[in-house]
Amino acid sequence: MSLASTLSASSSPPSPGPADFNLPAIFEVGALEVTKPMVLLAISAVLIALLFAASARPAAVVPGRLQFAGEMVYGFVRNGIARDNIGSHDYQRFVPFLFAIFTFVFVNNYYGLIPVVQFPSMSHIGFPLALAAITWIVYNGAGIARHGFLGYLKHETVPSGMKGPILVLLVPLEFLSNILLRPVTLTLRLFATMFAGHLLLLLFSLGAEYLLLHSENTLAIPAGIASAILFVGISFLEILVMFLQAYVFTLLASMYIGEALADEH
Amino acid sequence: MISTRLVAAAEGEELNPLIPHTAEIVLSAAVFLLLLVLIVKFVVPGFEKAYAARTAEIEGGIEEAQAAQKEAQAALEQYNAQLAEARHDAARIREEAKEQGAQILAELRADAQAEAQRITSAAHAQVEAERAQVVAQLKSEVGTLATELASRIVGEALTDDARSQRTVERFIAELEESAN
Repeated sequence: MSLASTLSASSSPPSPGPADFNLPAIFEVGALEVTKPMVLLAISAVLIALLFAASARPAAVVPGRLQFAGEMVYGFVRNGIARDNIGSHDYQRFVPFLFAIFTFVFVNNYYGLIPVVQFPSMSHIGFPLALAAITWIVYNGAGIARHGFLGYLKHETVPSGMKGPILVLLVPLEFLSNILLRPVTLTLRLFATMFAGHLLLLLFSLGAEYLLLHSENTLAIPAGIASAILFVGISFLEILVMFLQAYVFTLLASMYIGEALADEH
Repeated sequence: MISTRLVAAAEGEELNPLIPHTAEIVLSAAVFLLLLVLIVKFVVPGFEKAYAARTAEIEGGIEEAQAAQKEAQAALEQYNAQLAEARHDAARIREEAKEQGAQILAELRADAQAEAQRITSAAHAQVEAERAQVVAQLKSEVGTLATELASRIVGEALTDDARSQRTVERFIAELEESAN
């Protein structure tokens, strides 16, 4: 649809908006319309699995280039995120999950900057929502397995050292923030940054194109140049944001797991 | 553009980006879980194996270093023990030498004293013998001289007379007695 708006830009100024995220179906399987982000999502899983399986396969003491690169990413998630937040006793069980989250979000975010692909799949709220739901199941499941159902509820909702009537106020608040809202904020944070980032890139790229090529206004050329420069600047910002969002999602997931497993908080 | 807007508007709620598509949720969950399975099966074991091997290698290196250190310590101890023994031996030998030296000195001294004694006594004996000889010689000479003197004084030949000889001997004996 962004293609359609670009082509029709000669007649009227483009107005990129949420509609540009509803891409037409590439093909249909029965009643299911298969769109570009769906295909990208599937490709990302294949890419990640192939790349890291090839990297991990030698399992050499002295790593080659590919293994070294893979180990850097794996070690970053394993030691920098999982071990630091979950603790050296339990973290190993959650490393695969956190590694999958990090690489999956990472690749799907960077789709937004790769030429031709140029669409961050995570800007469709359904994708991060599924990841957040799985994260919710994992951290609550880990907590319940450790403390029992009621024990875990008490663990998450009653702050340590709190006694008396204040709990009437605190327990619902803690329940809301620790159990109900966490998947929502996880979803919205990732979705909204990817959505907004892509929208900004659309705005400045389409704007630059229209102002430089199709507008008859004399001020359009400098404005178009400014728009193009901003497009490049925001692209660099997006490089940072795309990594940060993958990192933050993984970091928060590991913190939730660590908190759920903690003996006393 | 206008047509797509119209289509979007006709679809209404579809435009709201906050409404998730069920198909996308299911697909995302399925793809992610599949990826998770692949990672568990093919990625994590390899990296963990490499980590474990590396840890083992480092620990092996440390063990080797510790063994080498222990060996060096043992060698040092042995060397020190040998050195101490050698020192002890040297001290013992020095002591023995000192003792032997003292003993030899004492023996030499004793020998020298005995020799001196012997020389002295030999000299004494010789002197005694010479004296006795001289005394015996003198006895006869003095007798002869005295007799000659007496005969000159008396004017009579007293020589070789047995009587006079006896008198002289008696006189000398008295002389010896009084000298003693």
